[in-house]
Amino acid sequence: MYAQQVDTGSKGLKSLDEMSPEERHFQEKVNAETKIEPKNWMPDGYRKTLIRQISQHAHSEIVGMLPEGNWLTRAPSLKRKLQLMAKIQDEAGHGLYLYSAMETLGADRDDEIDKLHRGEVKFSSIFTYPTLTWADMGAIGWLVDGAAIVNQVPLQRCSYGPYARAMIRVCKEESFHQRQGYEILLTMMREGTDEQKAMVQDAINRFWWPSLMMFGPSDADSPNSAQSMAWKIKRHGNDDLRQRFLDQTVPQLEFLGCTAPDPDLKWNEETGHYDFGEIQWQEFFDVLKGHSPCGVERIQQRKNAIDEGQWVRDAAVAYADKQKANAA
Amino acid sequence: MSVAMQNNQALVEYLLRLADTDMVLAQRFCEWCGNAPALEEEVAMMNVGLDLLGQARNWYDYAAELRDDGRDADFLAFRRNEREYRNLLIAEQPRGDYAVTTAKQFFFDVWHHLVLTGLTESSDERIAGLAAKGLKESTYHRRRSSEWMLRLGQGTEESHRRLTDAVQNLWRFTYELTDTDEIEDQLAEAGIGAGNVGDAWRAEVARVFAEAGLDLPEPARHFYMDGKNGKHTEHLGFLLAEMQSLPRAYPDATW
Ligand SMILES: [Fe+2]
Ligand SMILES: [Fe+2]
Ligand SMILES: [Fe+2]
Repeated sequence: MYAQQVDTGSKGLKSLDEMSPEERHFQEKVNAETKIEPKNWMPDGYRKTLIRQISQHAHSEIVGMLPEGNWLTRAPSLKRKLQLMAKIQDEAGHGLYLYSAMETLGADRDDEIDKLHRGEVKFSSIFTYPTLTWADMGAIGWLVDGAAIVNQVPLQRCSYGPYARAMIRVCKEESFHQRQGYEILLTMMREGTDEQKAMVQDAINRFWWPSLMMFGPSDADSPNSAQSMAWKIKRHGNDDLRQRFLDQTVPQLEFLGCTAPDPDLKWNEETGHYDFGEIQWQEFFDVLKGHSPCGVERIQQRKNAIDEGQWVRDAAVAYADKQKANAA
Repeated sequence: MSVAMQNNQALVEYLLRLADTDMVLAQRFCEWCGNAPALEEEVAMMNVGLDLLGQARNWYDYAAELRDDGRDADFLAFRRNEREYRNLLIAEQPRGDYAVTTAKQFFFDVWHHLVLTGLTESSDERIAGLAAKGLKESTYHRRRSSEWMLRLGQGTEESHRRLTDAVQNLWRFTYELTDTDEIEDQLAEAGIGAGNVGDAWRAEVARVFAEAGLDLPEPARHFYMDGKNGKHTEHLGFLLAEMQSLPRAYPDATW
Protein backbone atom coordinates (compact mmCIF):
# COMPACT_ATOMS: atom_id res chain seq x y z
CA MET A 1 0.00 0.00 0.00
CA TYR A 2 1.15 3.57 0.46
CA ALA A 3 2.93 2.14 3.49
CA GLN A 4 4.16 -1.25 2.38
CA GLN A 5 5.85 -3.76 4.68
CA VAL A 6 6.10 -1.70 7.83
CA ASP A 7 8.48 -3.17 10.38
CA THR A 8 6.99 -3.29 13.88
CA GLY A 9 10.10 -4.68 15.56
CA SER A 10 7.93 -7.49 16.86
CA LYS A 11 9.18 -11.05 17.34
CA GLY A 12 5.80 -12.33 18.39
CA LEU A 13 2.70 -11.20 20.23
CA LYS A 14 2.66 -10.85 24.00
CA SER A 15 -0.38 -11.96 25.93
CA LEU A 16 -1.93 -9.53 28.43
CA ASP A 17 -0.33 -11.53 31.27
CA GLU A 18 3.15 -11.03 29.88
CA MET A 19 2.73 -7.27 29.66
CA SER A 20 3.82 -4.59 32.10
CA PRO A 21 0.92 -2.78 33.84
CA GLU A 22 1.33 0.18 31.47
CA GLU A 23 1.33 -2.05 28.42
CA ARG A 24 -1.69 -3.91 29.66
CA HIS A 25 -3.62 -0.72 30.29
CA PHE A 26 -2.68 0.47 26.81
CA GLN A 27 -3.71 -2.79 25.16
CA GLU A 28 -7.01 -2.83 27.01
CA LYS A 29 -7.78 0.65 25.77
CA VAL A 30 -6.96 -0.42 22.24
CA ASN A 31 -9.12 -3.52 22.61
CA ALA A 32 -11.99 -1.33 23.81
CA GLU A 33 -11.59 0.83 20.68
CA THR A 34 -10.64 3.90 22.73
CA LYS A 35 -8.40 6.16 20.63
CA ILE A 36 -4.80 6.63 21.70
CA GLU A 37 -3.90 10.32 21.75
CA PRO A 38 -0.44 11.94 21.55
CA LYS A 39 -0.16 12.57 25.30
CA ASN A 40 -1.11 9.03 26.29
CA TRP A 41 1.49 6.46 27.23
CA MET A 42 2.24 4.04 24.40
CA PRO A 43 4.75 1.22 23.86
CA ASP A 44 7.90 2.23 22.09
CA GLY A 45 7.23 -0.25 19.30
CA TYR A 46 3.77 1.20 18.72
CA ARG A 47 5.21 4.69 18.42
CA LYS A 48 7.99 3.59 16.07
CA THR A 49 5.67 1.53 13.93
CA LEU A 50 3.29 4.44 13.52
CA ILE A 51 6.11 6.84 12.68
CA ARG A 52 7.35 4.40 10.02
CA GLN A 53 3.90 3.85 8.60
CA ILE A 54 2.72 7.46 8.62
CA SER A 55 6.00 8.79 7.23
CA GLN A 56 5.93 6.23 4.41
CA HIS A 57 2.37 7.21 3.72
CA ALA A 58 3.25 10.92 3.71
CA HIS A 59 6.30 10.36 1.48
CA SER A 60 4.09 8.45 -0.94
CA GLU A 61 1.62 11.32 -1.16
CA ILE A 62 4.44 13.71 -2.00
CA VAL A 63 6.35 11.48 -4.39
CA GLY A 64 2.98 10.54 -5.89
CA MET A 65 2.64 14.11 -7.13
CA LEU A 66 5.48 13.54 -9.58
CA PRO A 67 4.01 10.98 -12.01
CA GLU A 68 0.97 13.23 -12.34
CA GLY A 69 3.05 16.37 -12.45
CA ASN A 70 4.64 14.79 -15.50
CA TRP A 71 1.39 15.49 -17.42
CA LEU A 72 0.26 18.67 -15.71
CA THR A 73 1.90 20.95 -18.27
CA ARG A 74 0.30 18.85 -21.04
CA ALA A 75 -3.23 18.36 -19.74
CA PRO A 76 -5.40 18.47 -22.86
CA SER A 77 -8.23 20.82 -21.86
CA LEU A 78 -8.99 23.58 -19.40
CA LYS A 79 -11.24 21.29 -17.42
CA ARG A 80 -8.68 18.48 -17.21
CA LYS A 81 -5.92 20.88 -16.30
CA LEU A 82 -7.99 22.38 -13.49
CA GLN A 83 -8.90 18.93 -12.21
CA LEU A 84 -5.34 17.65 -12.26
CA MET A 85 -3.96 20.75 -10.57
CA ALA A 86 -6.58 20.45 -7.86
CA LYS A 87 -5.83 16.75 -7.40
CA ILE A 88 -2.10 17.31 -7.10
CA GLN A 89 -2.73 20.13 -4.66
CA ASP A 90 -4.85 17.73 -2.59
CA GLU A 91 -2.01 15.18 -2.57
CA ALA A 92 0.43 17.81 -1.31
CA GLY A 93 -2.14 18.64 1.36
CA HIS A 94 -2.38 14.95 2.31
CA GLY A 95 1.37 14.84 2.68
CA LEU A 96 1.38 17.88 4.96
CA TYR A 97 -1.52 16.58 6.96
CA LEU A 98 0.14 13.22 7.47
CA TYR A 99 3.50 14.73 8.41
CA SER A 100 1.67 16.71 11.10
CA ALA A 101 0.04 13.54 12.40
CA MET A 102 3.49 11.94 12.42
CA GLU A 103 4.99 14.85 14.34
CA THR A 104 2.48 14.31 17.17
CA LEU A 105 4.52 11.14 17.82
CA GLY A 106 7.70 13.13 18.36
CA ALA A 107 9.21 12.57 14.92
CA ASP A 108 10.54 15.48 12.88
CA ARG A 109 9.33 16.08 9.36
CA ASP A 110 12.66 17.27 7.98
CA ASP A 111 14.52 14.31 9.51
CA GLU A 112 12.08 11.85 8.01
CA ILE A 113 12.28 13.54 4.61
CA ASP A 114 16.07 13.36 4.81
CA LYS A 115 15.80 9.64 5.38
CA LEU A 116 13.67 9.36 2.26
CA HIS A 117 16.19 11.31 0.23
CA ARG A 118 19.04 9.15 1.54
CA GLY A 119 17.13 6.07 0.43
CA GLU A 120 16.75 4.76 3.98
CA VAL A 121 12.99 4.64 3.86
CA LYS A 122 10.58 3.77 1.11
CA PHE A 123 7.63 5.22 -0.67
CA SER A 124 4.92 3.22 -2.40
CA SER A 125 6.18 1.04 -5.24
CA ILE A 126 3.43 2.33 -7.53
CA PHE A 127 5.03 5.74 -7.96
CA THR A 128 8.19 4.31 -9.50
CA TYR A 129 6.24 3.57 -12.68
CA PRO A 130 6.48 6.07 -15.53
CA THR A 131 3.40 7.89 -16.85
CA LEU A 132 3.60 7.54 -20.61
CA THR A 133 0.30 8.89 -21.93
CA TRP A 134 -2.55 11.09 -20.80
CA ALA A 135 -4.66 7.97 -20.18
CA ASP A 136 -2.28 7.21 -17.31
CA MET A 137 -3.84 10.17 -15.47
CA GLY A 138 -7.15 8.35 -15.64
CA ALA A 139 -5.68 4.97 -14.75
CA ILE A 140 -3.84 6.39 -11.75
CA GLY A 141 -6.90 8.19 -10.42
CA TRP A 142 -9.08 5.15 -10.86
CA LEU A 143 -6.73 2.32 -9.89
CA VAL A 144 -4.09 3.89 -7.66
CA ASP A 145 -6.32 6.23 -5.71
CA GLY A 146 -8.87 3.42 -5.74
CA ALA A 147 -6.43 0.99 -4.13
CA ALA A 148 -5.39 3.70 -1.69
CA ILE A 149 -8.99 4.11 -0.56
CA VAL A 150 -9.45 0.38 0.05
CA ASN A 151 -6.41 0.49 2.26
CA GLN A 152 -7.23 3.74 3.98
CA VAL A 153 -10.90 3.27 4.80
CA PRO A 154 -10.03 0.83 7.60
CA LEU A 155 -7.32 3.25 8.75
CA GLN A 156 -10.07 5.70 9.62
CA ARG A 157 -10.59 3.40 12.60
CA CYS A 158 -6.89 3.14 13.41
CA SER A 159 -6.24 3.13 17.17
CA TYR A 160 -4.07 6.24 16.92
CA GLY A 161 -6.40 9.26 17.00
CA PRO A 162 -4.48 11.78 14.86
CA TYR A 163 -3.83 9.22 12.10
CA ALA A 164 -7.44 8.03 12.11
CA ARG A 165 -8.72 11.59 11.85
CA ALA A 166 -6.27 12.44 9.07
CA MET A 167 -7.57 9.43 7.16
CA ILE A 168 -11.18 10.56 7.37
CA ARG A 169 -10.37 13.74 5.53
CA VAL A 170 -7.95 12.10 3.12
CA CYS A 171 -10.40 9.35 2.16
CA LYS A 172 -13.06 11.85 1.15
CA GLU A 173 -10.68 13.49 -1.26
CA GLU A 174 -9.32 10.20 -2.57
CA SER A 175 -12.85 9.07 -3.46
CA PHE A 176 -13.24 12.23 -5.45
CA HIS A 177 -9.93 11.55 -7.22
CA GLN A 178 -10.98 8.05 -8.04
CA ARG A 179 -14.26 9.10 -9.64
CA GLN A 180 -12.45 11.79 -11.57
CA GLY A 181 -9.86 9.33 -12.85
CA TYR A 182 -12.53 6.90 -13.91
CA GLU A 183 -14.39 9.67 -15.69
CA ILE A 184 -11.25 10.54 -17.66
CA LEU A 185 -11.12 6.96 -18.94
CA LEU A 186 -14.87 6.71 -19.51
CA THR A 187 -14.88 9.89 -21.58
CA MET A 188 -12.08 8.54 -23.76
CA MET A 189 -13.82 5.18 -24.17
CA ARG A 190 -17.27 6.63 -24.89
CA GLU A 191 -16.48 9.75 -26.89
CA GLY A 192 -12.88 9.26 -27.93
CA THR A 193 -11.22 8.12 -31.14
CA ASP A 194 -9.89 4.61 -31.67
CA GLU A 195 -6.44 5.88 -30.85
CA GLN A 196 -7.68 7.20 -27.52
CA LYS A 197 -9.41 3.91 -26.71
CA ALA A 198 -6.18 2.06 -27.39
CA MET A 199 -4.45 4.53 -25.09
CA VAL A 200 -6.86 3.65 -22.28
CA GLN A 201 -6.37 -0.09 -22.67
CA ASP A 202 -2.61 0.37 -22.77
CA ALA A 203 -2.69 2.41 -19.54
CA ILE A 204 -4.75 -0.29 -17.83
CA ASN A 205 -2.38 -2.97 -19.09
CA ARG A 206 0.56 -1.15 -17.51
CA PHE A 207 -1.07 -0.15 -14.22
CA TRP A 208 -3.15 -3.24 -13.50
CA TRP A 209 -0.56 -5.46 -11.86
CA PRO A 210 1.34 -2.67 -10.14
CA SER A 211 -1.96 -1.57 -8.54
CA LEU A 212 -2.53 -5.07 -7.18
CA MET A 213 1.03 -5.05 -5.86
CA MET A 214 0.29 -1.88 -3.91
CA PHE A 215 -1.22 -4.02 -1.14
CA GLY A 216 2.09 -5.79 -0.61
CA PRO A 217 2.82 -9.52 -0.53
CA SER A 218 0.65 -11.89 1.45
CA ASP A 219 1.17 -11.15 5.14
CA ALA A 220 -0.53 -14.25 6.52
CA ASP A 221 2.60 -15.35 8.38
CA SER A 222 4.16 -11.98 9.08
CA PRO A 223 4.87 -11.14 12.75
CA ASN A 224 4.75 -7.44 11.81
CA SER A 225 1.20 -7.77 10.57
CA ALA A 226 0.07 -9.71 13.61
CA GLN A 227 1.51 -7.01 15.88
CA SER A 228 -0.04 -4.18 13.81
CA MET A 229 -3.38 -5.97 13.97
CA ALA A 230 -3.13 -6.41 17.75
CA TRP A 231 -2.43 -2.70 18.06
CA LYS A 232 -5.35 -2.03 15.71
CA ILE A 233 -3.18 -0.02 13.40
CA LYS A 234 -3.92 -2.53 10.71
CA ARG A 235 -7.34 -4.13 10.49
CA HIS A 236 -7.18 -6.47 7.53
CA GLY A 237 -4.58 -8.65 5.86
CA ASN A 238 -3.00 -7.59 2.59
CA ASP A 239 -4.65 -10.41 0.65
CA ASP A 240 -8.09 -9.47 2.00
CA LEU A 241 -7.65 -5.86 0.97
CA ARG A 242 -6.36 -6.84 -2.45
CA GLN A 243 -9.37 -9.09 -2.99
CA ARG A 244 -11.74 -6.35 -1.88
CA PHE A 245 -10.13 -3.95 -4.35
CA LEU A 246 -10.29 -6.45 -7.16
CA ASP A 247 -13.93 -7.33 -6.50
CA GLN A 248 -14.98 -3.71 -6.70
CA THR A 249 -12.74 -2.89 -9.66
CA VAL A 250 -13.54 -5.66 -12.14
CA PRO A 251 -17.16 -4.58 -12.72
CA GLN A 252 -15.90 -1.03 -13.30
CA LEU A 253 -13.38 -2.40 -15.78
CA GLU A 254 -16.15 -4.20 -17.65
CA PHE A 255 -18.33 -1.10 -17.66
CA LEU A 256 -15.46 0.74 -19.32
CA GLY A 257 -15.36 -1.88 -22.02
CA CYS A 258 -11.75 -2.75 -21.28
CA THR A 259 -9.94 -5.90 -20.22
CA ALA A 260 -7.33 -6.79 -17.62
CA PRO A 261 -3.96 -8.19 -18.65
CA ASP A 262 -4.75 -11.35 -16.71
CA PRO A 263 -6.06 -14.46 -18.53
CA ASP A 264 -6.88 -16.09 -15.19
CA LEU A 265 -9.21 -13.35 -14.02
CA LYS A 266 -12.71 -14.76 -13.61
CA TRP A 267 -15.68 -14.71 -11.30
CA ASN A 268 -15.80 -17.60 -8.86
CA GLU A 269 -19.39 -18.55 -8.12
CA GLU A 270 -18.37 -20.60 -5.09
CA THR A 271 -16.27 -18.03 -3.24
CA GLY A 272 -18.24 -15.03 -4.45
CA HIS A 273 -14.98 -13.36 -5.43
CA TYR A 274 -12.88 -12.91 -8.52
CA ASP A 275 -10.01 -15.33 -9.00
CA PHE A 276 -6.88 -13.85 -10.47
CA GLY A 277 -3.49 -14.91 -11.77
CA GLU A 278 -0.21 -15.05 -9.98
CA ILE A 279 1.42 -11.75 -9.07
CA GLN A 280 5.05 -11.42 -10.17
CA TRP A 281 6.47 -10.40 -6.81
CA GLN A 282 10.00 -10.32 -8.12
CA GLU A 283 9.08 -7.08 -9.89
CA PHE A 284 7.80 -5.64 -6.63
CA PHE A 285 10.96 -6.53 -4.71
CA ASP A 286 13.11 -5.23 -7.55
CA VAL A 287 11.22 -1.96 -7.54
CA LEU A 288 11.66 -1.55 -3.80
CA LYS A 289 15.39 -2.06 -4.30
CA GLY A 290 15.47 0.73 -6.86
CA HIS A 291 15.42 -1.38 -10.02
CA SER A 292 12.76 0.61 -11.78
CA PRO A 293 12.63 3.20 -14.52
CA CYS A 294 11.73 6.10 -12.24
CA GLY A 295 12.43 5.16 -8.64
CA VAL A 296 15.81 6.86 -8.51
CA GLU A 297 14.61 9.86 -10.53
CA ARG A 298 11.61 10.48 -8.28
CA ILE A 299 13.81 10.72 -5.21
CA GLN A 300 16.38 12.77 -7.08
CA GLN A 301 13.69 15.27 -8.08
CA ARG A 302 12.39 15.55 -4.53
CA LYS A 303 15.91 15.94 -3.16
CA ASN A 304 16.78 18.58 -5.76
CA ALA A 305 13.65 20.56 -4.94
CA ILE A 306 14.47 20.62 -1.26
CA ASP A 307 18.20 21.26 -1.81
CA GLU A 308 17.60 24.05 -4.31
CA GLY A 309 14.98 25.53 -2.01
CA GLN A 310 17.38 25.77 0.90
CA TRP A 311 18.24 29.43 0.28
CA VAL A 312 14.52 30.27 0.09
CA ARG A 313 13.76 28.63 3.41
CA ASP A 314 16.83 30.24 4.93
CA ALA A 315 15.62 33.64 3.76
CA ALA A 316 12.19 33.06 5.26
CA VAL A 317 13.72 32.08 8.60
CA ALA A 318 16.13 35.03 8.60
CA TYR A 319 13.30 37.41 7.79
CA ALA A 320 11.08 36.00 10.53
CA ASP A 321 13.96 36.35 13.01
CA LYS A 322 14.46 39.98 12.02
CA GLN A 323 10.76 40.66 12.42
CA LYS A 324 10.84 39.12 15.86
CA ALA A 325 13.93 41.12 16.87
CA ASN A 326 12.30 44.34 15.63
CA ALA A 327 9.13 43.63 17.55
CA ALA A 328 11.04 42.97 20.78
CA MET B 1 -18.39 49.82 -38.49
CA SER B 2 -20.69 50.83 -35.66
CA VAL B 3 -19.29 51.89 -32.30
CA ALA B 4 -20.92 48.86 -30.71
CA MET B 5 -19.21 46.51 -33.19
CA GLN B 6 -15.87 48.24 -32.73
CA ASN B 7 -16.21 47.89 -29.00
CA ASN B 8 -17.13 44.24 -29.41
CA GLN B 9 -14.01 43.49 -31.43
CA ALA B 10 -11.85 45.44 -29.03
CA LEU B 11 -13.46 43.61 -26.14
CA VAL B 12 -12.58 40.21 -27.59
CA GLU B 13 -8.97 41.34 -27.87
CA TYR B 14 -9.04 42.69 -24.35
CA LEU B 15 -10.51 39.48 -22.93
CA LEU B 16 -7.91 37.41 -24.74
CA ARG B 17 -5.14 39.50 -23.21
CA LEU B 18 -6.52 38.87 -19.74
CA ALA B 19 -7.15 35.19 -20.43
CA ASP B 20 -3.85 34.47 -22.15
CA THR B 21 -1.85 36.19 -19.42
CA ASP B 22 -3.62 34.14 -16.74
CA MET B 23 -3.22 30.98 -18.80
CA VAL B 24 0.50 31.40 -19.42
CA LEU B 25 1.19 32.23 -15.78
CA ALA B 26 -0.80 29.20 -14.67
CA GLN B 27 1.29 27.07 -17.02
CA ARG B 28 4.46 28.39 -15.41
CA PHE B 29 3.05 27.41 -12.02
CA CYS B 30 2.41 23.91 -13.37
CA GLU B 31 6.13 23.71 -14.11
CA TRP B 32 6.81 24.18 -10.39
CA CYS B 33 4.90 21.05 -9.48
CA GLY B 34 7.17 18.82 -7.44
CA ASN B 35 9.96 21.40 -7.53
CA ALA B 36 8.85 23.98 -4.96
CA PRO B 37 11.26 25.03 -2.20
CA ALA B 38 8.95 23.69 0.53
CA LEU B 39 5.82 21.55 0.71
CA GLU B 40 3.77 24.53 1.86
CA GLU B 41 4.84 26.29 -1.32
CA GLU B 42 3.73 23.33 -3.44
CA VAL B 43 0.25 23.86 -2.06
CA ALA B 44 0.36 27.66 -2.27
CA MET B 45 1.72 27.83 -5.83
CA MET B 46 -0.72 25.24 -7.07
CA ASN B 47 -3.43 27.27 -5.41
CA VAL B 48 -2.47 30.49 -7.18
CA GLY B 49 -2.07 28.60 -10.45
CA LEU B 50 -5.54 27.13 -10.05
CA ASP B 51 -7.05 30.55 -9.43
CA LEU B 52 -5.41 31.97 -12.52
CA LEU B 53 -6.43 29.03 -14.66
CA GLY B 54 -10.01 29.38 -13.45
CA GLN B 55 -9.98 33.07 -14.31
CA ALA B 56 -8.49 32.32 -17.72
CA ARG B 57 -11.32 29.92 -18.41
CA ASN B 58 -13.93 32.52 -17.47
CA TRP B 59 -12.43 35.15 -19.78
CA TYR B 60 -12.04 32.60 -22.59
CA ASP B 61 -15.67 31.55 -22.22
CA TYR B 62 -16.82 35.11 -22.59
CA ALA B 63 -14.47 35.80 -25.50
CA ALA B 64 -15.73 32.66 -27.25
CA GLU B 65 -19.33 33.78 -26.84
CA LEU B 66 -18.58 37.19 -28.27
CA ARG B 67 -16.63 35.74 -31.19
CA ASP B 68 -19.56 33.45 -31.83
CA ASP B 69 -17.71 31.41 -34.43
CA GLY B 70 -18.30 27.94 -32.99
CA ARG B 71 -14.92 27.88 -31.24
CA ASP B 72 -14.94 27.26 -27.52
CA ALA B 73 -12.66 28.22 -24.64
CA ASP B 74 -10.49 25.13 -25.18
CA PHE B 75 -9.93 26.13 -28.77
CA LEU B 76 -8.82 29.58 -27.70
CA ALA B 77 -6.39 28.16 -25.15
CA PHE B 78 -5.04 25.16 -27.02
CA ARG B 79 -5.25 25.90 -30.74
CA ARG B 80 -3.96 29.42 -31.16
CA ASN B 81 -0.28 29.85 -31.95
CA GLU B 82 2.31 32.24 -30.52
CA ARG B 83 1.46 35.06 -32.94
CA GLU B 84 -2.18 34.83 -31.91
CA TYR B 85 -1.52 34.75 -28.17
CA ARG B 86 -2.08 38.09 -26.44
CA ASN B 87 -0.44 37.61 -23.04
CA LEU B 88 1.84 40.12 -21.37
CA LEU B 89 5.50 39.36 -22.03
CA ILE B 90 6.34 39.11 -18.36
CA ALA B 91 4.02 36.13 -17.99
CA GLU B 92 5.86 33.98 -20.51
CA GLN B 93 9.33 34.51 -19.05
CA PRO B 94 10.83 31.25 -17.76
CA ARG B 95 10.03 30.38 -14.18
CA GLY B 96 13.71 30.65 -13.25
CA ASP B 97 14.55 30.27 -9.57
CA TYR B 98 12.17 31.19 -6.80
CA ALA B 99 13.34 34.82 -6.88
CA VAL B 100 12.42 35.14 -10.55
CA THR B 101 9.02 33.60 -9.96
CA THR B 102 8.46 35.86 -6.95
CA ALA B 103 9.42 39.07 -8.72
CA LYS B 104 7.47 38.14 -11.83
CA GLN B 105 4.43 37.27 -9.82
CA PHE B 106 4.69 40.38 -7.69
CA PHE B 107 4.84 42.70 -10.71
CA PHE B 108 1.91 40.91 -12.23
CA ASP B 109 -0.14 40.69 -9.03
CA VAL B 110 0.08 44.43 -8.39
CA TRP B 111 -1.05 45.10 -11.95
CA HIS B 112 -3.72 42.39 -11.87
CA HIS B 113 -5.18 43.65 -8.64
CA LEU B 114 -5.46 47.19 -9.99
CA VAL B 115 -6.97 46.05 -13.27
CA LEU B 116 -9.51 43.78 -11.61
CA THR B 117 -10.41 46.56 -9.18
CA GLY B 118 -11.07 48.82 -12.15
CA LEU B 119 -13.06 46.12 -13.93
CA THR B 120 -15.43 45.67 -11.01
CA GLU B 121 -16.84 49.06 -12.14
CA SER B 122 -17.18 47.95 -15.76
CA SER B 123 -20.43 48.83 -17.49
CA ASP B 124 -20.32 45.28 -18.83
CA GLU B 125 -21.98 43.33 -16.04
CA ARG B 126 -20.45 40.03 -16.99
CA ILE B 127 -16.98 41.55 -16.72
CA ALA B 128 -17.79 43.34 -13.48
CA GLY B 129 -19.02 40.10 -11.94
CA LEU B 130 -16.01 38.04 -13.02
CA ALA B 131 -13.65 40.80 -11.90
CA ALA B 132 -15.24 40.92 -8.44
CA LYS B 133 -14.75 37.19 -8.09
CA GLY B 134 -11.20 37.36 -9.38
CA LEU B 135 -10.37 40.30 -7.17
CA LYS B 136 -10.81 38.24 -4.01
CA GLU B 137 -8.25 35.76 -5.30
CA SER B 138 -5.96 38.47 -6.58
CA THR B 139 -5.99 40.22 -3.22
CA TYR B 140 -4.55 37.08 -1.68
CA HIS B 141 -2.04 36.64 -4.53
CA ARG B 142 -0.77 40.18 -4.13
CA ARG B 143 -0.40 39.85 -0.39
CA ARG B 144 1.44 36.57 -0.83
CA SER B 145 3.92 37.79 -3.44
CA SER B 146 4.47 41.07 -1.56
CA GLU B 147 5.34 39.09 1.55
CA TRP B 148 7.80 36.99 -0.41
CA MET B 149 9.37 40.17 -1.82
CA LEU B 150 10.02 41.24 1.76
CA ARG B 151 11.30 37.83 2.85
CA LEU B 152 13.70 37.54 -0.06
CA GLY B 153 14.66 41.22 -0.06
CA GLN B 154 15.39 41.33 3.66
CA GLY B 155 16.18 37.68 4.28
CA THR B 156 19.78 36.69 3.59
CA GLU B 157 22.53 38.14 1.45
CA GLU B 158 21.96 35.40 -1.08
CA SER B 159 18.20 35.92 -1.29
CA HIS B 160 18.71 39.65 -1.66
CA ARG B 161 21.23 39.14 -4.45
CA ARG B 162 19.02 36.66 -6.28
CA LEU B 163 16.00 38.93 -6.01
CA THR B 164 18.00 41.92 -7.24
CA ASP B 165 19.16 39.90 -10.25
CA ALA B 166 15.61 38.78 -10.96
CA VAL B 167 14.29 42.34 -10.79
CA GLN B 168 17.05 43.57 -13.08
CA ASN B 169 16.25 40.95 -15.65
CA LEU B 170 12.47 41.30 -15.55
CA TRP B 171 12.15 45.04 -15.17
CA ARG B 172 12.14 45.82 -18.92
CA PHE B 173 8.94 43.77 -19.30
CA THR B 174 7.10 45.90 -16.76
CA TYR B 175 6.68 48.51 -19.45
CA GLU B 176 3.55 46.72 -20.59
CA LEU B 177 2.06 46.94 -17.11
CA THR B 178 2.23 50.71 -17.03
CA ASP B 179 1.17 51.43 -20.59
CA THR B 180 -2.03 51.14 -22.59
CA ASP B 181 -2.67 50.97 -26.32
CA GLU B 182 -5.64 52.15 -28.44
CA ILE B 183 -7.72 49.12 -27.63
CA GLU B 184 -7.38 49.63 -23.91
CA ASP B 185 -7.97 53.37 -24.21
CA GLN B 186 -11.05 52.84 -26.34
CA LEU B 187 -12.56 50.39 -23.85
CA ALA B 188 -11.71 52.59 -20.89
CA GLU B 189 -13.49 55.49 -22.58
CA ALA B 190 -16.51 53.28 -23.19
CA GLY B 191 -16.59 52.46 -19.47
CA ILE B 192 -15.83 48.79 -20.15
CA GLY B 193 -12.08 48.40 -19.58
CA ALA B 194 -9.84 49.32 -16.66
CA GLY B 195 -7.67 51.87 -18.42
CA ASN B 196 -4.13 52.79 -17.47
CA VAL B 197 -3.05 51.69 -14.01
CA GLY B 198 0.57 52.79 -14.44
CA ASP B 199 0.71 55.46 -11.73
CA ALA B 200 -0.87 53.28 -9.08
CA TRP B 201 1.34 50.37 -10.14
CA ARG B 202 4.53 52.41 -9.79
CA ALA B 203 3.45 53.73 -6.40
CA GLU B 204 2.69 50.29 -4.98
CA VAL B 205 5.87 48.73 -6.39
CA ALA B 206 7.93 51.61 -4.98
CA ARG B 207 6.33 51.11 -1.57
CA VAL B 208 7.15 47.39 -1.42
CA PHE B 209 10.63 47.90 -2.88
CA ALA B 210 11.42 50.42 -0.15
CA GLU B 211 10.28 48.01 2.54
CA ALA B 212 12.16 45.12 0.94
CA GLY B 213 15.35 47.18 0.73
CA LEU B 214 15.52 47.03 -3.05
CA ASP B 215 16.64 49.80 -5.40
CA LEU B 216 13.84 50.98 -7.62
CA PRO B 217 15.04 51.10 -11.25
CA GLU B 218 14.19 53.94 -13.62
CA PRO B 219 10.76 53.43 -15.21
CA ALA B 220 10.99 50.77 -17.91
CA ARG B 221 11.04 52.19 -21.42
CA HIS B 222 8.91 51.14 -24.32
CA PHE B 223 10.64 48.83 -26.74
CA TYR B 224 9.52 47.06 -29.86
CA MET B 225 8.25 43.88 -28.16
CA ASP B 226 4.51 43.82 -27.71
CA GLY B 227 2.86 40.75 -26.18
CA LYS B 228 -0.59 42.34 -26.21
CA ASN B 229 -0.43 42.38 -29.97
CA GLY B 230 1.16 38.99 -30.49
CA LYS B 231 4.83 39.94 -30.65
CA HIS B 232 6.46 37.69 -28.13
CA THR B 233 9.81 36.57 -26.82
CA GLU B 234 11.22 33.21 -27.89
CA HIS B 235 9.95 31.56 -24.71
CA LEU B 236 6.28 31.50 -25.59
CA GLY B 237 6.65 29.13 -28.54
CA PHE B 238 8.08 26.39 -26.36
CA LEU B 239 5.54 26.95 -23.63
CA LEU B 240 2.68 26.59 -26.10
CA ALA B 241 4.29 23.64 -27.88
CA GLU B 242 4.26 21.73 -24.63
CA MET B 243 0.91 22.95 -23.36
CA GLN B 244 -0.91 22.38 -26.64
CA SER B 245 0.79 19.15 -27.62
CA LEU B 246 -2.14 16.78 -27.06
CA PRO B 247 -4.93 18.82 -28.66
CA ARG B 248 -2.65 19.44 -31.63
CA ALA B 249 -1.50 15.83 -31.98
CA TYR B 250 -5.06 14.50 -31.70
CA PRO B 251 -7.26 17.15 -33.29
CA ASP B 252 -10.34 14.88 -33.36
CA ALA B 253 -10.03 13.66 -29.80
CA THR B 254 -12.43 14.29 -26.94
CA TRP B 255 -10.75 14.46 -23.55
FE1 LIG C 1 -3.60 11.37 -1.45
FE1 LIG D 1 -3.22 8.37 0.31
FE1 LIG E 1 -5.47 11.05 -4.40
